[in-house]
Amino acid sequence: MFPEQLNVPLGKWVNQFVDWLVVNYGAAFEAFADSLLTVLVALEQVLRGAPWWVVLIAIAAITWHASKNWKLVVGLVIAMFAIGMLGLWDKAMQTLALMIVATSLSVLIGIPVGIAMAMSNRLRAVMLPILDTMQTMPSFVYLIPALMLFGLGKVPAILATVIYAAPPVMRLTDLGIRLVDQEVLEASRSFGASRKQILFGVQLPLALPNIMAGINQTTMMSISMVVIASMIGARGLGEQVLMGIQRLDVGAGMEAGVAIVLLAVVFDRIGQAYGKRSQRSHDAEDA
Amino acid sequence: MSYIEIRNIFKIFGPDPQSALELAKGGADKDEILAKTGHTVGLHDVSLSIEQGETFVVMGLSGSGKSTLIRHLNRLIDPTAGEVSFGGEDILAMDIPTLNAFRRKRLGMVFQRFGLLPHRNVMDNVAYGLEIQGTARKEREAAASKWIERVGLAGYEAKYPDQLSGGMQQRVGLARALATDPEVLLMDEAFSALDPLIRSDMQDELMKLQAELHKTIVFITHDLDEALKIGDRIAILKDGKLVQVGRPEEIVLRPADDYVQAFTRDVNRSRVLRAKSIMEPITSGESQAVNEYWPSIAANARLADILPVALANGTSMTVRDAKDTAIGTLSPQQIVEALEG
Repeated sequence: MFPEQLNVPLGKWVNQFVDWLVVNYGAAFEAFADSLLTVLVALEQVLRGAPWWVVLIAIAAITWHASKNWKLVVGLVIAMFAIGMLGLWDKAMQTLALMIVATSLSVLIGIPVGIAMAMSNRLRAVMLPILDTMQTMPSFVYLIPALMLFGLGKVPAILATVIYAAPPVMRLTDLGIRLVDQEVLEASRSFGASRKQILFGVQLPLALPNIMAGINQTTMMSISMVVIASMIGARGLGEQVLMGIQRLDVGAGMEAGVAIVLLAVVFDRIGQAYGKRSQRSHDAEDA
Repeated sequence: MSYIEIRNIFKIFGPDPQSALELAKGGADKDEILAKTGHTVGLHDVSLSIEQGETFVVMGLSGSGKSTLIRHLNRLIDPTAGEVSFGGEDILAMDIPTLNAFRRKRLGMVFQRFGLLPHRNVMDNVAYGLEIQGTARKEREAAASKWIERVGLAGYEAKYPDQLSGGMQQRVGLARALATDPEVLLMDEAFSALDPLIRSDMQDELMKLQAELHKTIVFITHDLDEALKIGDRIAILKDGKLVQVGRPEEIVLRPADDYVQAFTRDVNRSRVLRAKSIMEPITSGESQAVNEYWPSIAANARLADILPVALANGTSMTVRDAKDTAIGTLSPQQIVEALEG
């Protein structure tokens, strides 16, 4: 047995810290949660309120814009149509809204952090273990404080998703900027470009394929969080899976699982198409 | 004072350059400093004066510090110690905005692997320097068009760098550097990545441009033939130290040490040496030394061009300057001696 007098009460400290946060900053967290909820609810209303065929046309239009490949457009429309045929359209739209908000928030936070990591080796050294922790820590663990701070529902689900899904876009933004050819950077410095001109004119455009790959991964990871998020009250496809588990209804669970896969495929293909486009933008112009 | 002055530049790479600097100033060499402190000496007490309008070549093998040296001229690298000035202006004292303005207006740089922006087409690459300066689109595209045509790439404006051959990419690099009409052109092994034939073409092209533009060109190369061909003056670097500075003929005729000698051994001397540097000069009142039946040759003619004349006649020749005054004589024997070295 490990000597008990050497135990460190880490759990107690964390509890005290979270209690302290709730007592002192409860109002601030609530205000933040409200604004996030407003955006999410509005988006959800739009997606669920719109006729199904409008959503399909929107998906088709986005796919066409990304890929200019009508086969892909047809394939993805069929995938979305199949979700409807499974009777899960409404739930899929709830999941979609959650995913869009979580992914947008991840990207909004992730890209600036990634840029900062690329600029500073010190920040990078601090961030890398934090990102590793964010990705390896079982997501249930940070669902608990999220619950305590924001209560049950969609907001803690989004935050848990962001914590889990933001690391890839941070890592790949950092990597993409660091991989930019040194001679190209030197060339741009030698012409007297300022740091801002270098960042927006050279580093970000050249890092774009990597950043797009990061956004794609982030999207995939936020989809994979929907089942877990449903356990703290987020509605959607995950809820259906959870119900399947609770009632031992294999069929219902499987239906929801298939719908989640289809949704993931749709967003993966759209994301990849945008990634390819950013990589070879001029080939398209030539054709 | 010369246009570009480099004085006592030291560049030491490592975590604590100042500690190794004292050793370097004390005369310790590169290997000794590396063994004692773990620091690498990039440049060791280099001083150069470069005149306005000349093509100044810095020659050295890899690791000699030549690329480090050229980066001190636009402060892509800051020295550990020393001074760099342009027309009396100390560039090391400049703050970032001043330095950027200086780079924008007065310097252009061409890179070994071209350094083109892969996401921009030829037009936008050539216009890049002007865009950074804040020139309006119409104006900068007009200027860029002119230079694109000048380097022979008219019709390729909409192509992207990866759609062009190496030689064409470097023409874009050259046009980009010239588009801002800089006083100084920095060329870092600009032609080293090109095939030999294309390299030779580009050298000719550069010399043709230079004959009209009279820029101050600082050209880095590891190829002595290239240095001798395009350089008005040549500096030779070895292990971060300056070994010799001089005109091409001085380098070939009077190498400063065995190192330079070893380089010059394989040089085609007939393409470097000129009549006036190997002739027997005529001092005034000695005109009887000239035989009126001897053929005349120009003082600046290279040996390669004189040889056919010498072989056809078999006699000595009269060397005449631009005003057609006889200034020296050249015998076949002298030519043979000069070629043997």
